Amino acid sequence: MTLMVTMTLNGESVSAEVEGRTLLVQLIRDHFRLTGTHVGCDTSQCGACVVHMNGQSVKSCTVLAVQADGAQVSTIESLAENGELHPMQQAFKDNHGLQCGFCTPGMVMSALDLVANNPDPSEAEIRDWLEGNLCRCTGYHNIVKSIAAGAQAMRS
Amino acid sequence: MYEFNYRRASSVFDAVSSSDQSGDASYLAGGMTLIPVLKFRLAAPSDVIDLADLGELKGIRTENGAVAIGAMTTHAEVAGSAEVRQAIPALADLAESIGDPQVRNRGTIGGSIANADPAADYPAAVVGLGATVHTNSRTIGADDFFTAMFETALEPGELVTAVSFPVPDRAAYMKFPNPASRYAIVGVMVSQSGDGVRVAVTGAGGRVFRVAEMEQALAANFVPEAVAGISVSAEGLNEDLHASPEYRAHLVTVMARRAVAAAG
Repeated sequence: MTLMVTMTLNGESVSAEVEGRTLLVQLIRDHFRLTGTHVGCDTSQCGACVVHMNGQSVKSCTVLAVQADGAQVSTIESLAENGELHPMQQAFKDNHGLQCGFCTPGMVMSALDLVANNPDPSEAEIRDWLEGNLCRCTGYHNIVKSIAAGAQAMRS
Repeated sequence: MYEFNYRRASSVFDAVSSSDQSGDASYLAGGMTLIPVLKFRLAAPSDVIDLADLGELKGIRTENGAVAIGAMTTHAEVAGSAEVRQAIPALADLAESIGDPQVRNRGTIGGSIANADPAADYPAAVVGLGATVHTNSRTIGADDFFTAMFETALEPGELVTAVSFPVPDRAAYMKFPNPASRYAIVGVMVSQSGDGVRVAVTGAGGRVFRVAEMEQALAANFVPEAVAGISVSAEGLNEDLHASPEYRAHLVTVMARRAVAAAG
């Protein structure tokens, strides 16, 4: 059985026919070809697949595509404008907040949810918030610095 | 994932009658457990009935000395609720300690207790605060709700609609979390109210359980030292790569003592 899903994806109204069991991340990557959202663990632990759904960060490997019917979904591709990085992306670049980069889209999307509710997070709050985002390269230190710098850039 | 038929329920009545017609349906709340379970092919329901549109199952109300939380209210909403924080700070703290921010944004109280994971946090709140579980057809007392590992008193198709927590005089929840998942290796909710003292333990056994000896000691004298010398038997407690039954038994006393101290 297939179902029609309609959502606002990165500001555009889009539709697709999916099975009930199709995951949101599969729809985003395989159907809409937005491959910035990554599948890491595929078990809702690593956070490489974090996107925003109705303004909140969610793990798109653990959301059915049909659950996003009618929702506003935004991915990492929505951030840069006219070739210019979003301040949070720029902060990751400036602070060496990534090495291999696989976890970075999820880190950035997760960070933006934090900053939306807490514009000036402390280091402890950033570290606590990153519970659901795993990085195997950096040791997190520069990610934490990046998010603090990104938050500061977004405030100014 | 095996194939299934998906539909969104338009009301509680619609959800329950769809489930009854199917005979092999799963309700989908936040999906933070159900979707991983489906992905691992540990379950294969013919129908998945999504409760997302049921506004009647969402929200938090404080009335008659109790905080009533709709079944589809997320952990993030409970953790961020000024009403819960004011009435039962231990409950807001518990919700804040679940999983990670993305899990808290989707996962719900109704889904958590209906799933009855032995290491979940909410069962400790339901039993430790003496809550009442409301379903589409009846109310179930906390002590009767959790029956075994992943088993509850819910009948097939019965749907949790809300959980009502009486406001205690004091309460606190302390857990020793699995550092990766933040599930409770051992979590203890302690509360004191006009109805007495409750000590509820999650994570240690097959289901949440109370420790009568600690409750009696605390009823006589609500201080951390009252439980420091009381231990539970390791027999029958959970064993996995994270902790032995003996270690879990030890943690029950430690977490209980800390919870009493935090409850002040």
